Amino acid sequence: MPTNKLAVAVSPHIREDVSIRKIMYSVLIALVPALIGSVFFFGPRALWLSLIGVASAVATEAGIQAIRKVPIEVSDGSAALTGLLVAFNLPPGVPLWMPIIGSFVGIALGKQVFGGLGRNILNPALVGRAFLMASWPVEMTTRWIVPKYGTLSGIDAVTSATPLGVFKSMNTILADPAASLIEIQKANTILGKLFDSWGNLFLGNVGGCLGETSALLLLIGGIFLLWKGYADWRIPVGYLVGLGVLSWAFWGRNGLFTGHPLFHLLSGGVILGAFFMATDMVTSPVTPRGRWIFGLGCGIFTFIIRKWGGYPEGVSYSILLMNIVTPLIDRYTKPKIFGEKKNKDKEQKER
Amino acid sequence: MDFGNIMLIAVSAILVNNIVLAKFLGLCPFLGVSKKLDASLGMGMAVIFVMTLASAVTWIIYEYFLLPIPKNFIFRFFHLFDPSVTPSMFDLAYLETIAFILVIASLVQLVEMVVQRISPPLYEALGIYLPLITTNCAILGVAELNTMTNHYSFIASVVHGFSAGIGFTLALILMSGIREKLELADVPPSLKGLPIAFMVAGLMSLAFLGFSGLKF
Repeated sequence: MPTNKLAVAVSPHIREDVSIRKIMYSVLIALVPALIGSVFFFGPRALWLSLIGVASAVATEAGIQAIRKVPIEVSDGSAALTGLLVAFNLPPGVPLWMPIIGSFVGIALGKQVFGGLGRNILNPALVGRAFLMASWPVEMTTRWIVPKYGTLSGIDAVTSATPLGVFKSMNTILADPAASLIEIQKANTILGKLFDSWGNLFLGNVGGCLGETSALLLLIGGIFLLWKGYADWRIPVGYLVGLGVLSWAFWGRNGLFTGHPLFHLLSGGVILGAFFMATDMVTSPVTPRGRWIFGLGCGIFTFIIRKWGGYPEGVSYSILLMNIVTPLIDRYTKPKIFGEKKNKDKEQKER
Repeated sequence: MDFGNIMLIAVSAILVNNIVLAKFLGLCPFLGVSKKLDASLGMGMAVIFVMTLASAVTWIIYEYFLLPIPKNFIFRFFHLFDPSVTPSMFDLAYLETIAFILVIASLVQLVEMVVQRISPPLYEALGIYLPLITTNCAILGVAELNTMTNHYSFIASVVHGFSAGIGFTLALILMSGIREKLELADVPPSLKGLPIAFMVAGLMSLAFLGFSGLKF
């Protein structure tokens, strides 16, 4: 036996009983309020979609692990979490087979081909969503359900699209040089109403993907995770600050710093993405500095895709893009070892 | 051609129509040299250099030697002796591919000699891949996009070539970071090496779909 060089004090010791299973189930519990809210707003269909997503993710993981003849570890809850997040990223009106395909692709192509939990490069749930988005774009962007106590856009004037969809189409009208004065005035009125409707956005009384609408319920779960330390606070803070500052500074119509950051932070999947998907321990950087970069980068990409991109929403793609950059972030934010000196000659010899 | 248009071409070539992740050209060097970050940086630089130069040269060849227009040099030459010839008699656009390959091949030979002289380690690291750029579809594809497909002006062609090279380098560097991380992963034996690299490339292009429709 090797000599133990660490001095160990006499008992009692404080023991940390954090395990993968505990973290995954905590995240699942943290998502329960949003799920309840979603069932409340969109009806029992939300529950069925979520259950189908979870079941198919677990079945896929177990099946692949059985084929690979490795220990079957679906009880750790990571596959269930992926399945739930896939369902949370679907419009509530999609056909019931969609979460099955999303979960299968997410688990099989996003996770198990790399060797399973801890090896995946991209967030499996978002791989599933991106795949569905590329394969069935119409279903993924039109099958919204009107929430029980409100309208799809959160305001009364327009009822045909989600807040971000309305925002995008109104901005297209404003940018169109051929638009008539009446159209422009109407667009301005609607935009004004949209910015004032943040109460609906905060409660989740708007149309949107299944689990992303209610900022309040997601924040309850997210803050629980931050408090337990299962998600690093730097990533969501960096994300929200990056997106908020950019949309405040560059997205106003009256010059710099006249935008509406609150609207951009509460609409779409920003809260869900920032607290539950960007903070995935496997696919986000390890170093504190890297996590700041990761969070800010997600915010910047979300802003770019929302402002100039073809889609109204950019949260999922921005997180996937930052997941791709994560290995490089980790590489360049490695902290210097204490006492380490730059020795270029030696480094070159080692290569 | 105004500045905004040039910017649009650059951003489009880097992100939206990334030569590797959206057009799926140049996969050979993309998968071959992306195992190590250093080598992929060198490869990226070589591709940027060759693409920019090739864009410039092939544009000149196309406009002044292949197209049947009055400024065609071959037409002008014969016009000196026989005023009855017309530009349409000198339509050599069907030679485009072969002319471009010839030009690009000699360019790559030049780059190879320069790299061998200036940086022997880089030359060793690139190994077989620098000669492979000779017939690289990415570079030929960019030259073709500049001329036949998009009819860019000279400046736009050069900018497009340069930014397509940047886009290639970006994809290559991201890929090499991921593949260095994957060295430690417990990838199933049947997927080790090239198959998993193709899967990563597919997932990367899925993520780059987020940029589709980007316009300013």
